Amino acid sequence: MSEVAKDERVKSNTVLNKMLRRPEFGALLGALAIFTLFTSFDTTGNFGQPGGIAGWTDIAAPIGIIAVFVALLMIGGEFDLSTGVMVGTAGLLTGMLVTQLGLDIWSSIVIVLLFSLVVGFVNGWLVVKTGLPSFIVTLATFFVLRGANLAVTKEITGTVRVSGTEKAVNFEQAEALFATKIEILGANFQITIFWWLALTLIATWVLTRTKFGNWIFAAGGDANAARNAGVPVARTKIILFMMTSGSAALVGIMLVLRLKGMQAGQGVGMEFFYIIAAVVGGTLLTGGKGSAIGASIGAAVMGMAYIGIPFALWDSDWLFTFLGAILFTAVLINSFVGKASLRGRKK
Amino acid sequence: MNAALELKNVGKQFGSVIALTDVSLEVHPGTVTCVLGDNGAGKSTLIKTLSGVHAPSSGEFLLEGVKTSFNSPRDALAKGIATVYQDLATIPLMSVWRNFFLGNEITKGLWPLRMLDVKKMKTVAKEQLMQMGIDLRDTDQPIGTLSGGERQAVAIARAVYFGAKVLILDEPTSALGVRQSGIVLKYVLSAKDRGVAVVFITHNPHHAFLVGDRFYLLNRGKMINDFHKNNVELEELTRAMAGGAELEALTHEIQQVKLSEGEKKEG
Repeated sequence: MSEVAKDERVKSNTVLNKMLRRPEFGALLGALAIFTLFTSFDTTGNFGQPGGIAGWTDIAAPIGIIAVFVALLMIGGEFDLSTGVMVGTAGLLTGMLVTQLGLDIWSSIVIVLLFSLVVGFVNGWLVVKTGLPSFIVTLATFFVLRGANLAVTKEITGTVRVSGTEKAVNFEQAEALFATKIEILGANFQITIFWWLALTLIATWVLTRTKFGNWIFAAGGDANAARNAGVPVARTKIILFMMTSGSAALVGIMLVLRLKGMQAGQGVGMEFFYIIAAVVGGTLLTGGKGSAIGASIGAAVMGMAYIGIPFALWDSDWLFTFLGAILFTAVLINSFVGKASLRGRKK
Repeated sequence: MNAALELKNVGKQFGSVIALTDVSLEVHPGTVTCVLGDNGAGKSTLIKTLSGVHAPSSGEFLLEGVKTSFNSPRDALAKGIATVYQDLATIPLMSVWRNFFLGNEITKGLWPLRMLDVKKMKTVAKEQLMQMGIDLRDTDQPIGTLSGGERQAVAIARAVYFGAKVLILDEPTSALGVRQSGIVLKYVLSAKDRGVAVVFITHNPHHAFLVGDRFYLLNRGKMINDFHKNNVELEELTRAMAGGAELEALTHEIQQVKLSEGEKKEG
């Protein structure tokens, strides 16, 4: 009996199967296909050149920075709908600390990051303590922040915009770190792109090579079994919410430094882009599986669509329709690939 | 020699509901102690009392002869009592080695660069599973790709490796087919051979009889009978457990099982 079982196990451990088992594999194929698509329909001849790449990675980077942490959170079995609005809150708060309280830029940045960690903590704590779905808890946070962004901005500035961030003490230092351009091969790449790549690598390392990463998979895969094995599930989830909120604040800070001001409605609606990027990248909606690199590939696909559609002289009004189709196709492929890789190993 | 774990006249009440009355049992290292009971007999309460979820309302809980009480399941685990729950033992989408070391990860390096020692964990997991007789070619595969019996076996191997003195198995075979149950029972015996005191909780006298050294019968929250392996037959065990009323139906079932066991021996 055991001999038969052994034989069945031996056969299918191929390299292809190992690749198929990677959650981001489908996304990588999709990204290559979309890159090929836009390169071949490109009317400017620029899409695949350094200048074009600098363009669409600039769109992808702020999406990717947050999407990577949203992916981690989703692998941990939770959702955050307050990420988009947090970008706006962080930018507005930075602007107000600088223009209204006259703080220097570094103090403002530290305060804003701490504030975002507190918001993340509250999200996580409420989810863990009440047992309510994080979808609902963070939806509430989303509306609370959205209202506050508008009301506080109007109350203090009398307009729906905060501007004048560049007057802050040491603004140039922060700008050099968060909002400058770096020339490579004759094209200007935004520094956010390098932040994005670095954070993707760090998040991947944390997820796949640390104890905390192991706990993320466990908390999202089966919280009860994880608890039985001694994993601090509640703490893991709260930290994930804090990381997600912190990443959104980082993007908000980068944006306010670059634009030297911010609209009260900034970021609203973007939360779905991060979730889409994570899901396109192979992260399971129900948790327990996914990858940080996948989320970044998902963000790159969105960047390509943003730039590729006008470059192909297609009607940009269809952008969202296009993204919707990509989302559906990607999920379909991921689910097929995932099942195929399991089938290969099943008895 | 002291028993690894001993209950003396333990009772458990939830408000006015009496779940366990006057339950006494002894579990010795290197033996399999079976607790048999039908649905509602109090098996779940007994497991939870043994694994530290509930504190007994009355009576004594002795661990290696010393009176003990637990604050939590974690506390019980730290004192060497591991419980393998039927459905809550492993995380299907995680690889075998990640499951094996979950909550006990081996790391190397200094914080903030402290990372998992993946190579070592894979090697140890493979070795340990091999010692329990579980031969996996690839510990990288998601544990969900293993059969139910193998998953239970990995959970048992994990508990043994991390130093469980007492291993409590909650209905490990109840959701499994005959062949899969056979796999699990094999690992129950290898855990016993490694000196672990195994508590095997089940409603299936056939499975219990194959591996058990001592049998306790639980009914309506009371220990109604206990047997040693040497002085009991399967028929007697089944009859004692089922009571007269359901005996007719069971006789038929037993004959079927015996037939299939006979076939297995021949094959």
